[in-house]
Amino acid sequence: MATLIAPDHPSAVEDAEALQKACKGICIDILQLDHAIIQKTLLNNEKDLIKKLSEKWLKRGSLETQRENSPKQMATIDVPHQVSFLEDAEALRKACQGWGTDEKAIISVLGHRNAAQRKQIRLAYEELYQEDLIKRLESELSGDFEKAVYRWVLDPADRDAVLANVAIKKISPDHHVVIEISCTRSPEELLAVRRAYQARYKHSLEEDVAAHTKGDIRKLLVALVSAFRYDGEEINTRLANSEANILHDAIKDKAFNHEEVVRILSTRSKMQLMATFNRYRDDQGTTITKKLLGESGDEFLVALRTAVRCFNDPKKYFEKVLRNSIKGIGTDEDALTRVIVTRAEKDLKEIKDLYHKRNSMPLEQVVAKDTSGDYKAFLLTLLGKED
Amino acid sequence: MADLEALIKAFSGIGVDENSLISILANSNHEHKKSLRKGYSKFFIEDENGFERLHQSTIKNLKLEFKRFRDAVVLSLLHPWERDARLIEKAMKKGPRHYSVIVEIACTRSSNELLGARKAYHSLFDHSIEEDLASHIKGSERKLLVALVSAYRYEGPKVNDDVAKSEAEILSNAIKNADKRKPIEDEDAIMILSTRSKPHLQAVYEHYNKICGKTITEDLEAEGILKDTVECLCTPATYFTRVLDAALTVDADEESKKALTRVIVTQKELREKEGYVPNKIQGILTGSYKDFILGLVARGEN
Repeated sequence: MATLIAPDHPSAVEDAEALQKACKGICIDILQLDHAIIQKTLLNNEKDLIKKLSEKWLKRGSLETQRENSPKQMATIDVPHQVSFLEDAEALRKACQGWGTDEKAIISVLGHRNAAQRKQIRLAYEELYQEDLIKRLESELSGDFEKAVYRWVLDPADRDAVLANVAIKKISPDHHVVIEISCTRSPEELLAVRRAYQARYKHSLEEDVAAHTKGDIRKLLVALVSAFRYDGEEINTRLANSEANILHDAIKDKAFNHEEVVRILSTRSKMQLMATFNRYRDDQGTTITKKLLGESGDEFLVALRTAVRCFNDPKKYFEKVLRNSIKGIGTDEDALTRVIVTRAEKDLKEIKDLYHKRNSMPLEQVVAKDTSGDYKAFLLTLLGKED
Repeated sequence: MADLEALIKAFSGIGVDENSLISILANSNHEHKKSLRKGYSKFFIEDENGFERLHQSTIKNLKLEFKRFRDAVVLSLLHPWERDARLIEKAMKKGPRHYSVIVEIACTRSSNELLGARKAYHSLFDHSIEEDLASHIKGSERKLLVALVSAYRYEGPKVNDDVAKSEAEILSNAIKNADKRKPIEDEDAIMILSTRSKPHLQAVYEHYNKICGKTITEDLEAEGILKDTVECLCTPATYFTRVLDAALTVDADEESKKALTRVIVTQKELREKEGYVPNKIQGILTGSYKDFILGLVARGEN
């Protein structure tokens, strides 16, 4: 004999919005909460609701930690099991208050949180202090450290949008960054980048790329960023064969049939491309990337080679970018930051191993030697080094 | 004979008048049907072997007219994403005369609707739209079509007027140099039309008019799907009116008639002239097909 009187068609979204209004100041993003919890607590008073919500926050933090950690074996960041976004937000607030900034505290919180958690921390911070955490960090920090933290705190798609925009707007655009983003992200991730780019810059990514590049390179880059590749495993071997031949003819002639090369590289699925490259290697006895070596003055060729390398073996590609950023005199902080920040939650561990194998030295050691201060501490934290 | 007239009328519009056919033919005996056939010279000829034979082309056309209601129903039932994906795939397979359908879909859908169609295409055909278009189409239309289906246009109102003006000039030059290079293959024209937002392109359209004294669609009259592209992006109402006008005539060809189904099923708003579309439909369409189309138009939203 239940006494509950519940509507026939409850709307979880409407319920959540109503509850949020009722609990201003405590509830942060109720729309993410379980419909079940909302229903269950409808009959209880506000205090119970708040108690359940804080428990839910804690549980969600650890749930997401588990969910995040298990498939991402190759991530390097070290994330604790239990996370409280409210406490994190408070800790960050404390670190930014007063005269100085407690950079160590910032690193110890943010450097040990994955993307989903960082998002919740930003929401919690906004709710508690009516301020954008990112803006606060931008004003408190400076230099390479600030740039790295800024990129790290953004959502991955938003971050890629910022990286792409920075690359495009340079006097001499960084084509390889645009290629890197369009070729190493999954089709869905690239779509998310395009959406984030529009939200941030009020232009489409492809129109900005088109407006800042010319000639064949423009054709290639616009096509690469516009692609929404089929994500399946199927391979057509006959097609791989014929397109390997097309690529071979195009490269051999050097009077490039750019149209066909751009077509193949910018429309085929990644699995199909791998099959094509393998076929090329089997037929020609040498890899397509080796064949594309040579004229470093020909920016189209260089771009093609970058794209192929990103498809073929992204970890090897990133290892090389890292290696180039720290070798010799001076450090390319932009490249170093970019690779570490964008791969820390993906495959930085494997990239580190590759680096170690190739250079007989652990990556952390070289980064520690080549960087300093808070920037160094932050990078090492992302690399998974114990404090 | 009244029945003969009624029979001819039942087969005379776009669609078939199923109810008339039932009342004329269901109870028709052998002699009655023979006299119908003998009287229906447009459909039947006297065969030398002593029977009234149906024209081959008539069989084909009748099949198309009977199918029309079925196709309209299925099209309207499909999820818009699947619908657009299938329409594009069919148009691509049928060849250059059907490429305007691809333009229509790529340019009149919202950014997210087009994205949805691309996702549906993955599910249906295990390829991306752009890879199939790029490998299937060999002619000069390829670059433009691939670029158009790949677009994810910004949908905000913000427009840079100076840029719009200079891009109008770029398009004008591309058209003026048509003898040296086909405008549809002009890289800059393709970039502008396939990456810029629709509000921006409408500003480009206005500037072109001011610069050249004619609309860009007038100047593109001879340029096939390039004209369709500009029309769909800048003045879609004009495009759809043109397509409907071509379909709602007595001697419309099959492609135009198919366009009628497609446009009415897929377009939410067809308010060019009050009562225009329903009146014409009454006169030219017939049977269940007519009722279905009228229903779609009257309801005003899909």
